[in-house]
Amino acid sequence: MSTVNFTFDGKQYAGEKGESLASALLRNGVLHFTDSSYKDRPRGVMGLWVEETNALVNVDSGAGEPLKPATTIELVEGLVVRSAQGVGDLPDTRDNSRYDKANRHVDVLVVGAGTAGLAAAKKFSDQGKSVIVMDDKPTAGGHLVYLGQPVPAELLAVLDRENVTYLPRTTVQGLYDQGYSVATERRTDHLDANVHTEMSRIRTWHIRAEHTVLATGAFQRHLVFANNDRPGIMLSHAAATYVSNGVSLFKSAVVVTVDNQGYRDAIRLHNAGVQVSAVVDIRKKVSKSSKKSSRKAIEKLGIRLIKGATVIDTQANLDGLLSSVTIVDPKSDLRETIKTDLLAVSGGWTPVVHLATFIGIKPTWSEKRAAFIVKHNDSLTSTTGMLAGDFGEDDEAETFFGPKLSSEQALVAFVDFQRDATYRDFKRAIDAGMRSIEHVKRYTAIGTAHDQGKTSGTVTMGLIGQAIGKAPDEIGSLTFRPPYISIPFAALAGRDRGLLSDPERTTPIHAWHVASGAPMEDVGQWKRPWYFPKAGETMHAAVLRECAAVREGVGVMDASTLGKIDIQGKDSGEFLDLIYTNMFSTLKVGMSRYGLMCGIDGMVFDDGVTTRISENHWLMTTTTGGAAKVLDWLEEWLQTEWPHLEVYCTSVTEQISTVAIVGPKSRELMKRLAPSLDVSNESFAFMENKHAEVAGVPARIARISFSGELAYEINVPAIYGLHIWESVMSQGADLNITPYGTETMHVLRAEKGFVIVGQETDGTQTPDDLDMNWIVSKKKDDFIGKRSFSRADTARDGRHQLVGILADDGSYVIPEGAYIVAGSDAATPPPVKHIGYITSSYESAALGRSFALALVANGLARKGEKIAIPMADRVVTGVITDSVFVDKENTRRDG
Amino acid sequence: MLHIPCPYCGPRDETEFHYGSEAHVAYPENSANLTDEEWAKFVFIRSNPKGWMAERWVHSAGCRRWFNVWRNTINHEFGPSYKPFTQQPKSPA
Amino acid sequence: MATTTRRRTVELPDHPDFLWVADQKPKKSYDVIIIGAGGHGLATAYYLAKNHGITNVAVIEKGWLAGGNMGRNTTIIRSNYLWDESAGIYDHSLKLWENLEEEVGYEMFFSQRGVMTLAHSVSDVRSKQRNFYANHVNAVDSVWLTPNEIKEIAPIVNISEDIRYPVMGATFQPRGGIAKHDWVAWGYAKAAADMGVDIIQNCEVTGFKIVDGKVQGIKTTQGDIAANKVGMVAAGHTSVLSKMAGFDVPLQSRPLQALVSELNEQVLDTVIMSGAVHVYVSQAHKGELVMGAGTDSYNSYAQRGGFHVIEHQLAAACELFPIFERAHMLRTWGGIVDIAPDASPIIGLTPVENLFINSGWGTGGFKATPGSGWVMAATIASGEPDALAKPYALDRFISGHLIDEHGAAGVAH
Repeated sequence: MSTVNFTFDGKQYAGEKGESLASALLRNGVLHFTDSSYKDRPRGVMGLWVEETNALVNVDSGAGEPLKPATTIELVEGLVVRSAQGVGDLPDTRDNSRYDKANRHVDVLVVGAGTAGLAAAKKFSDQGKSVIVMDDKPTAGGHLVYLGQPVPAELLAVLDRENVTYLPRTTVQGLYDQGYSVATERRTDHLDANVHTEMSRIRTWHIRAEHTVLATGAFQRHLVFANNDRPGIMLSHAAATYVSNGVSLFKSAVVVTVDNQGYRDAIRLHNAGVQVSAVVDIRKKVSKSSKKSSRKAIEKLGIRLIKGATVIDTQANLDGLLSSVTIVDPKSDLRETIKTDLLAVSGGWTPVVHLATFIGIKPTWSEKRAAFIVKHNDSLTSTTGMLAGDFGEDDEAETFFGPKLSSEQALVAFVDFQRDATYRDFKRAIDAGMRSIEHVKRYTAIGTAHDQGKTSGTVTMGLIGQAIGKAPDEIGSLTFRPPYISIPFAALAGRDRGLLSDPERTTPIHAWHVASGAPMEDVGQWKRPWYFPKAGETMHAAVLRECAAVREGVGVMDASTLGKIDIQGKDSGEFLDLIYTNMFSTLKVGMSRYGLMCGIDGMVFDDGVTTRISENHWLMTTTTGGAAKVLDWLEEWLQTEWPHLEVYCTSVTEQISTVAIVGPKSRELMKRLAPSLDVSNESFAFMENKHAEVAGVPARIARISFSGELAYEINVPAIYGLHIWESVMSQGADLNITPYGTETMHVLRAEKGFVIVGQETDGTQTPDDLDMNWIVSKKKDDFIGKRSFSRADTARDGRHQLVGILADDGSYVIPEGAYIVAGSDAATPPPVKHIGYITSSYESAALGRSFALALVANGLARKGEKIAIPMADRVVTGVITDSVFVDKENTRRDG
Repeated sequence: MLHIPCPYCGPRDETEFHYGSEAHVAYPENSANLTDEEWAKFVFIRSNPKGWMAERWVHSAGCRRWFNVWRNTINHEFGPSYKPFTQQPKSPA
Repeated sequence: MATTTRRRTVELPDHPDFLWVADQKPKKSYDVIIIGAGGHGLATAYYLAKNHGITNVAVIEKGWLAGGNMGRNTTIIRSNYLWDESAGIYDHSLKLWENLEEEVGYEMFFSQRGVMTLAHSVSDVRSKQRNFYANHVNAVDSVWLTPNEIKEIAPIVNISEDIRYPVMGATFQPRGGIAKHDWVAWGYAKAAADMGVDIIQNCEVTGFKIVDGKVQGIKTTQGDIAANKVGMVAAGHTSVLSKMAGFDVPLQSRPLQALVSELNEQVLDTVIMSGAVHVYVSQAHKGELVMGAGTDSYNSYAQRGGFHVIEHQLAAACELFPIFERAHMLRTWGGIVDIAPDASPIIGLTPVENLFINSGWGTGGFKATPGSGWVMAATIASGEPDALAKPYALDRFISGHLIDEHGAAGVAH
């Protein structure tokens, strides 16, 4: 044991490394710890562990932490803490500690390393099972530690076995379905007051156990009487333990009890040199064994025993510390005030039922032990020890929560110390009509503070029962919820911080994009280059330049992120006919076709170009963001609806890299890259595919165009992606090859009236709405979505349809998402009936002005009509047009 | 974190799967002959029982296969799982 | 003596001396029975009495009053949804909120501290701006904020470019805010009870009495109760009830979790939501952080979900609000939300005459409490769907006229 220095509320103290902060402060004579949250009543340490309600601190040293019970902090050199009054600090500095997580499968998880838990661990370990034992305290042994008694050697030895993993300072926070539990392990706070980064400060464990043994023990609860909250009033087990460990604050003590625990603690107090003035037991009569084990022992020590009595009130000295207690016998006129500086309260053991209740196991009230216990044993979960009601040989208690109080006494008789909630508050709840513990809780705030009703919960249930004449079992146990004790957010965030919070998906060409200075756009998890500015160029200027370069020369775009699904099997064509709105089974080998996909509700949800590589081999592309969703969709239909179709789907998004060269000069560039390829229109037609060597590597080239320009999409195995890109850049240098990003791609396709799923669509558009009736096959009997087209609302007139919009002021780019009203409503202030909204809007290099796409009610019949767009600071006027702005005859695609 | 019994891989953590709601809802082959109301039943109505439910899951991060399983929606207890188009085991109810 | 000044929390006022009759037993019959004493059910009863003079009403609750979403809630109140129909009912609700405490005569801690919805990518910005413009034409207050403006309103937001999905902007509804859920529920309950409404707790509906396609009453664990009209306002248990009444509803009941911290110093005085970074948060009057995210993915009546959902939420929270790193998660809870295919409610008539439905509010029911109750009361009173409820008819799924609020419904979907 070494001495350490620590600071409490600005004052320096000394203590022993590893002892609890609470114990150290008491040994230093600090009894008035803090004041209560609302009523400013002086409060002191009352408990031993997490049941502590009063002595909370904000920790400034180390990583810093708000609202920790002083009973759970192990002293280290340099610890700095401040007493709290119910509120935690949130300093504006980063917590640089490391937090991590671990996952384990195990045969048996034993929660609690007291004697019952150790015995269970031994039993299962003897059977050869893998066992994890978790205990929230620093050392094993449960109550034996507080009693200063050694753990039986053969039990302690279990923790060293090869098939047993022992984790101290590890709190099981929640128990979930099918044997899943979550625990937090404190790994560095007890070492020193530093911030640790070389190992995690708190580790969150995820355990999947075949069987979980709950040996979580119990803590004591208090009694409700007037002025039951003074410094110097403690749970008896806590009082006896502190005094036995060198706390010399108390010269005398009174013990008030409902069970035999009070007697055991009275004896410990006596043995530690405290003058025990009286043991006040509410029980007039006790069983013979109780008499033997407890009352006789007290008499032998010459301690006064007052039977059938309890404490009704206490008094304080000028410092607000306990000075005397008043005891009464509810059945006689006994009333006596006894001077004392310690009142040790044994209000009854309260087993820790939380974990069991999390998975729906209901505690039952044990009249003998005056406690909610959980006796449970099935294949998944079992209970043992005090939780199961095994308190030891002489474990009888009386169900008693406090004496009858006058209305004056009720004002200062505390039910929940942390909420300063009194018996008066409780009584008001009952009188107001509250009967459920959940209502009482919300009416009074009892049980809602930091301790979440660990001691006040059972007390309140008992009080409700007494108030309305029901047994505690009829009232039922409080609803407990995870976590068992509070956990720092950062601990549960673990390593999922910064760049690890979500994967970054990049193409093989990514490094080139970054090196070029292109800002990246997040498209789902993908990083895509947004635009490629030259030195000093704004986005606006870069995009105009890129657009012009593509339509007048040749641009290059990295299209590798598009979803790619390899589809094989003799029924692939038939399957694609069901998936797409248009016909695919008739597609010739070597050809590509653009397809639209609808849900069973008839609404467009994805699109893409699908190529027939060979008779029974297809390559489907999807939107970048929709790839996983589409693959899931395909598999769902194949596996759960049409298993007779022989079709195999494989995601190849990451296996293939796609570089698109686009523009009138792309033919020349293609020729240079693939000298063996005949790139004439006659030989290589629009939507045709060719296999050839490009820049020396095998490629499939498709003449697909998303811009309307002559274009070649070069598909290679992903490892060659960067090589192709670099070859394009070097071979195209004298052609002013211009890399372009997602923004330019958006503008170019919009000029052609091509939709982008997710931009022109929001899940409520049919192909018809998008003016794409041409893509809905009239020949197919059925395809997914077809039936929904003819529903009343889907087939009606007046639906929003895809059109173009030109603002009267061509220099103004209408914001995307802006809502459109009829021209006649230009001056109508909101709320105003709208007729649609802008889906895409850009400045066009080709047009030399702005343009937009929009969805407008009955739009296709309204071309030429004037519209207005009310903005906050202006009204924009414009006209409805066709949705194709550039190359209406589609002649540019052949170059 | 549910432990879901994939009939191909054995029980795995919930995060490896996607949910598919009610099992055995067949796509109507004759949808053209259905009224809008009958069609809406297929598109939108899925059972939502308080108790045992035969539902679908797909093991997305594992074998990528769909399967059916009985699960009690009151306490998340799993009954037997079974492959699509195989005999449905009796409800554990 | 302490050498530091300790932070203090605010003390809330007491609830009134009397709320409602404990263990109220049901009469043999009523004019109207409302099934479900949650916020919407209690509000319905209140407005039946207040607006329509219909007081011979019983609200039947299988558990304890307001023990569902009103028992614990992240309490976000806003009306900045996308579609006109949504603007209609949610903004009507917000207008009712603005006068509710005074009208009902109960403290509800209604605080119009604004609701901010962050955008984290180009497409996110685009869709949120559409929402912003939609609000504009519907005269629902909405402001577009740049990252710097976000930082000014809420200094704890991390607007740095270094996080995985940087904040690119946000919509902000100044009139949005929060209120205390149990105070709202109890306010409605007490006011309704004061007007003569019976609130029957621990009374579970076991069946309906339906004759010739018309509802005559209900069967319960406390006996049969006759009624001229019955309204089902039972949220996650709507499917259970509709099955008893013999018709289908397109609802799925899912777990929705949320969590609360201990009392902390006040660092956040507005409400912040993020869809991309999956979390929404506010800080309540006493100082607890109240947070939520999305639903668990499977059907459940267990009132609990998986812990991984909580972990993801907290990782997201730490990214966006680094100051929360040290905050303690104190309690998690889970409820049952009823989700319709378009993430919009189902209100109005059912195939059974005089049996009305109000459900499908999914993860967004709290904010609609006054509006929902108002509209349901009007619908029951007249027997015809109120104008604001018409778009939410059960038969919209037949015509295909869905009101798809998956995007604007926030993180939960």
